[in-house]
Amino acid sequence: MSWEPKIAGFLCNWCSYTGADLAGTSRLHYPPNIRVIRMMCTGRMDPVFVFKAFQAGADGVIVSGCHPGDCHYQEGNFKMLRRAHLIKRVLADLGIHPDRFRLTWVSASEGDRWARFSADFTQTIRTLGPLKLTSDSILEGTYNAA
Amino acid sequence: MKPKLALYWAASCGGCEIAVVDVEEHILTIADFFDIVLWPVAMDFKYKDVEAMPDGEITLCLFNGSIRNSENEHMAKLLRAKSKVLVAFGSCAQEGCIPGLANLFTKQQIWDYVYKQSPSTVNESGIFPQPINKMPEGTIEIPTMWDTVKPLNQVVDVDYYVPGCPPQSDQILNVVVAVIDILKNGQPLPPKGTILGAGDKTCCDECGRERKEKKIKKFVRPHEIIPNPKECLMDQGIVCCGPATRSGCGAKCTAVNVPCRGCYGPPPDCLDPGAKMISALSSVIDASEPEEIDSILATLTDPVGTFYRFNLAASILGRGQMEVRKQS
Repeated sequence: MSWEPKIAGFLCNWCSYTGADLAGTSRLHYPPNIRVIRMMCTGRMDPVFVFKAFQAGADGVIVSGCHPGDCHYQEGNFKMLRRAHLIKRVLADLGIHPDRFRLTWVSASEGDRWARFSADFTQTIRTLGPLKLTSDSILEGTYNAA
Repeated sequence: MKPKLALYWAASCGGCEIAVVDVEEHILTIADFFDIVLWPVAMDFKYKDVEAMPDGEITLCLFNGSIRNSENEHMAKLLRAKSKVLVAFGSCAQEGCIPGLANLFTKQQIWDYVYKQSPSTVNESGIFPQPINKMPEGTIEIPTMWDTVKPLNQVVDVDYYVPGCPPQSDQILNVVVAVIDILKNGQPLPPKGTILGAGDKTCCDECGRERKEKKIKKFVRPHEIIPNPKECLMDQGIVCCGPATRSGCGAKCTAVNVPCRGCYGPPPDCLDPGAKMISALSSVIDASEPEEIDSILATLTDPVGTFYRFNLAASILGRGQMEVRKQS
């Protein structure tokens, strides 16, 4: 079986999840690779979810919230924005390509935008290929030959 | 017959041993109650003495140091078999500590730097340590180094943990006195996996500084400013790992204007201290435009080395990945 990207998507309840729902009810076609998890606000997005997703086998993580200024809780998405910049930097330092993580804004009326972003992010992950976490066995075999 | 006590060091700096000796005259109480059967830093016992013991002969083993070579691993397995209670003692054994930062690189990268590239190294013939050397007089063996540094519980089953780099001497004494008490009175042991000699809140709980929820435009390193001794260091732009660190040390560092470095490990229910620090720092940055966020973050030095200083080896990802190679 050929490889398909596995992507974890964290969508806020008020804008992006509704937007993704609209993409579905509008019968838009887009890749099915993103497994959507609904949360009340991207401000709830603990960075640990990102690391946990990669450890559990995700090849990419996308977070989507309300447009800046539109947050149902006023500034949850700004909290996420600040985290996202630091998450990308830490991922790169830990040796994971920062493009495997993305933050986007999709409003409740933008079903087409969600469909477009999903296709685009899935393509990015497809190009990067599967995330192979370095295990001891790979390393020991390469470098520990006495 | 006295209960037997073993103290061992694997990949560690020796600071944990100093902390044990720092219990001062109480060391005599310990030596009085226990029969010390292994303590390489202070007493002359051989590995073969331990190998000759029946399994479970040692009552308590305080094991400090992480596991990064074949000798560490051999001793971890040996002491696990011979000990009734095995304690991961100190940050290295608990979560990998400073040696665990080697996990950002491979063994080959580290060796290339240490034995070839470092400015003070002259090694024209490119000699690297060999685990087995054949000499006319016989064969010499040295331990083989692994690629990945591991905390003790990734190699053997661990009963209890004592965090800290090093564990504070008053906490060590509390733990040992509690153990002596349990053994004397035949009380039940605490549940397996218990973290001994520490609190169950964060370092901030013990810190005397006042948090005013300020926002900052710039991160500074501790040597760049003279911090206000009453205000939260994070409010002043200094990266302090207090929010992602377990209490128990008495917040001695922040009391003298030094930020918490995180040596007591993650607080309860924290899966990844680095992720916790990303959250904590993101909430003090005073910006909501991407460019400004980036310019503030540009003043932050070495996030991974700071957030995971003591626990990269025990973090969710466990080590640096090789997709984007870090330059040594």
